[in-house]
Amino acid sequence: MNDILIMIIISLGTLFILLAAIGLLRMPDLYLRISVTTKAATLGVGLILIGLALYYLETSITTRVIAIIVFLLLTAPIGAHVIGRASYFIGVPLWKKTKMDELKGMYNTKTHDLMSGSEEEEEKEKVKEGKKR
Amino acid sequence: MNIDDFLSYIILPILSTSTLLVFIRFLIGPTLSDRVVALDLLITIGISIIAVFSIISHRPSFLDIAMIFALIAFLSTVAFSFYLEKRKRNE
Repeated sequence: MNDILIMIIISLGTLFILLAAIGLLRMPDLYLRISVTTKAATLGVGLILIGLALYYLETSITTRVIAIIVFLLLTAPIGAHVIGRASYFIGVPLWKKTKMDELKGMYNTKTHDLMSGSEEEEEKEKVKEGKKR
Repeated sequence: MNIDDFLSYIILPILSTSTLLVFIRFLIGPTLSDRVVALDLLITIGISIIAVFSIISHRPSFLDIAMIFALIAFLSTVAFSFYLEKRKRNE
């Protein structure tokens, strides 16, 4: 009974990892690829590690598994955000069917300051000229 | 079906196939950022392969290496993106 449960959980995790790999290969755009890898791969690895914890059922191994899962859940969004931000700055092109680009014109290209859209006119000029800092 | 056979003959081949698919993207990726994302996913799949292999070989100490891999993946992504941004700024 326990073995069947472990098999089901690990199969689900493997399925999600396979879907993440196919998505990374097939998606047309860097930002869509980041979106695929962050969510699906994190869920897949989490499920496989949960299966491993159920297989051993010892305190030390469960602690390590929880540490790895928490670390992955903490770092995957941060890493995706950081690499997406850097790619936007260095000019990685968006997909040609992209409808809207809300960041266009909101970033200062020299100092990498971000405008929120609710600034007054003079603050906007300051950010654009890079004098805010 | 034994759980060891199931993992050896079904799960590990699927994981290897997905590693190959990601590696194709790593080779052909048009920009450097694509390669960084593919490397990140390669290390993440490596963690899961280590977990499955630790069940097959009954050695739970392999999990320490998986933890180190998780650390290194995050570190490499952040370092790559930091220097990508810095290179553009210095030009």
